[in-house]
Amino acid sequence: MFRHVLKCLPLAAVAVGISVGAAMAGKANDTLVWATDRESAVADPYYNRTRELVIIGNTVWDNLLLRNLKTGKYEPNLAKSYKWVDNVTLDFELRDDVKFHDGSKFGPEDVIYTVDFTTKKEHGVVTLKNVNWMKSVEKTGANSIRIHLHKPFPAALAYLGQAVPIIKRGHYDAAPKTKEGKSDYAAVKPNGTGPYKITEVVPGEKIVMQRNDAYHKGGPKGTPTIKNLVYRTVKEGNTRIAELLTGGLDWIWDVPKDQAEKLKASGQVNVTNAKTLRVSYIAFDVDGSSKSKEFSKLKVRQAFSHAVNRASIVKNLVGDASEVVNTPCHPDQTGCVQDVKGYDYNPAKAKALLAEAGYPNGFEFNFYAYREREFTEAVISDLAKIGVKAKLNFMQYKALRGLAQKGETPAHHMTWGSYSIPDASGMAGVFFSGGKDDPANDKEVNALITKAGNVTDQTERENLYRKAFQRILDNAYWLPMFTYAKYYALNKGLDMVITSDEIPRFYTAKWK
Amino acid sequence: MIKYLLRRFGVALLVAFTVSVITFSLIYLSGDPAIALAGDSASNEEIEHIRVAYGYNRPIIVQYGDWLARAVQGDLGRSHYLKANISEVIWIRLGNTMILALCAISFALALAIPLGVAAAIRPNSLIDRLALALAVVGQALPSFWFALILIFIFGMNLRWLPITGTDSWMNFIMPAVALGYYVTPGVMRLTRAGMLEVLSSDYIRTAKAKGLRPMAVLFKHALRNAIIPVVSLAAVQFGFMLGGSIVIETIFNINGLGYLAWETILRADLPMMQAIVLVLSCFYIIITFLADMLNAFLDPRIRIA
Repeated sequence: MFRHVLKCLPLAAVAVGISVGAAMAGKANDTLVWATDRESAVADPYYNRTRELVIIGNTVWDNLLLRNLKTGKYEPNLAKSYKWVDNVTLDFELRDDVKFHDGSKFGPEDVIYTVDFTTKKEHGVVTLKNVNWMKSVEKTGANSIRIHLHKPFPAALAYLGQAVPIIKRGHYDAAPKTKEGKSDYAAVKPNGTGPYKITEVVPGEKIVMQRNDAYHKGGPKGTPTIKNLVYRTVKEGNTRIAELLTGGLDWIWDVPKDQAEKLKASGQVNVTNAKTLRVSYIAFDVDGSSKSKEFSKLKVRQAFSHAVNRASIVKNLVGDASEVVNTPCHPDQTGCVQDVKGYDYNPAKAKALLAEAGYPNGFEFNFYAYREREFTEAVISDLAKIGVKAKLNFMQYKALRGLAQKGETPAHHMTWGSYSIPDASGMAGVFFSGGKDDPANDKEVNALITKAGNVTDQTERENLYRKAFQRILDNAYWLPMFTYAKYYALNKGLDMVITSDEIPRFYTAKWK
Repeated sequence: MIKYLLRRFGVALLVAFTVSVITFSLIYLSGDPAIALAGDSASNEEIEHIRVAYGYNRPIIVQYGDWLARAVQGDLGRSHYLKANISEVIWIRLGNTMILALCAISFALALAIPLGVAAAIRPNSLIDRLALALAVVGQALPSFWFALILIFIFGMNLRWLPITGTDSWMNFIMPAVALGYYVTPGVMRLTRAGMLEVLSSDYIRTAKAKGLRPMAVLFKHALRNAIIPVVSLAAVQFGFMLGGSIVIETIFNINGLGYLAWETILRADLPMMQAIVLVLSCFYIIITFLADMLNAFLDPRIRIA
């Protein structure tokens, strides 16, 4: 009721034709203001893992490489060139014209410091898995380094292209001490090499950035044009829309589909639907560890998979950029082969399978979910058509993931964003390598997925993933649902390409 | 009186302690704080690392005892999520909430008391009916809906007032009206009822018979007595506004204490959550304690009982 009522007023504003004006944001002030609903109190990409800090991390810091979204290739960023020496050794030639925001020159020692510092567990970086695949870094010349890996890691370039921002040598030495005597690394003043520099952090309210006029020329990020960039937390979705319509904001996302369509029809802002790396899935209690035993039967899981009309959910609820998937990874991720046979929408077949499993009249079970309630309710509606009654338990992510890992959910509807790592290991490797998140702990699948995560030959990787995915589908351990798509709404005066990886490149934005 | 004061103070401390114990227990029932801190896409290894780093692998009773021991010395710790000193964060947020609550209660009193008095002077008149209508609408209209109407009219259509933020006094106008209007009906009806009772009492008739001016009778003799329960109600409502203005703070994007409490619960930021509960409990306890003292002072039967 609350959500429903909240939707009305900003759209009423659209209906009466309120035009976009200029307040603090916009071209007149050369200030691009973007907002999301999350607070980002810590402006350090190693000590904050929110999506917003991934975006700010990519704006304020640079990685050695950068993924070209058009070609999918990794281009040198802080590096001039790179090459694989063997499958556990990478050589880099570094740029010699890069400076940190404090004016100091970037060099090999900074890369060595970054890896040495972040891979030490005691330093407590919250994204340890982004760096702990590296064993060490050594200086091989005045402007060159060599990275040694623990073992072959095919996703190495993906991580070096996004998840390993380079920190200035000795950066964390300035960390203040807490009362317990521990170093508070997250409190050190940000200092990157990126196209924007952070000038103000108001915890929970905003992060203010200013164009780095000394940014090196000729890099893959280009040269930023807009002078000021402000990230704001605006919790309420309708307030964000109201601010966008009145010129207080220039860029928002996560606009619900119905509101996005009305905003688009009004013509007052630009609305775009773009895909993300997030994948929706339903996992079953394969080993019967929950109180309900129905899903330990293969035919019940197969019936469920045939009963859900995923294409309809995509079309009617998620958005044009979304697509149905049959794999435990995103089609855009390297290695995520799509030539596997999944389950078509076939309620008659689903009913027949249910009857064969001993449930001709269906059954009741507890169904768990944590986000986009309407998506899960659509699944429940489809299940009702074959006589299966799902009782929805809608809860917070932290609570649900704990229950799922303990095997206490008969079936749960969740999502995974792979931390925007464009490699299949970022998702399949998490859920099917054995361990708490693995719904089946199928030894054959575990071996295939683990091996695929460690071989560098792309064809061999794809074959391994293909075999693993087909076995997952044949046994219906999971029902991969669809890829997520986000609706973005932008000030009409803003010229900015919307990317498909949930990392908006604000440094490429221009005023029209 | 001192014995009574000490007894009430002891009860207040016990209430604060009980609330903090219950809150601590409920936090754990809502999910694993290590998973919440690690966030979406965190590996099991990372979650385990956070669990150990923040001490969530220790028995709950030990964690609680550790926190309590430091809290009584004035050290509320550091926020796991905001990575900041909790006392400083609460101080900043409390400032915004205090301004909002003071503006809201001022608006409510400025509207409700004159209306209540006017309604009592002429019961069943047009003004009484209008005041009644205002009260009914105020009680029936959800504050979030009223807030959105204000945004629509004054923020989006007329563009007289800023929609979000706390940059200037103008930012507080719409939230204060939205929050204060919800309190208005109760205050107004209490004022009206109190005034009606007082105006029909013997000493008012005597005052009138002595030839005092009507305004002096009304404000010097009648209102001073009728307003005592209103002061108590306003104090309670003020306490409620400090912790319960989550919806208004969210809609107008005011970084206040209510909003912080809500966000903190979602993030399972245990030290921050405990601190907020402690601060809010203390506010309520102080307000209730002062009300008890005032009542005991005004009515000796209470302290004797």
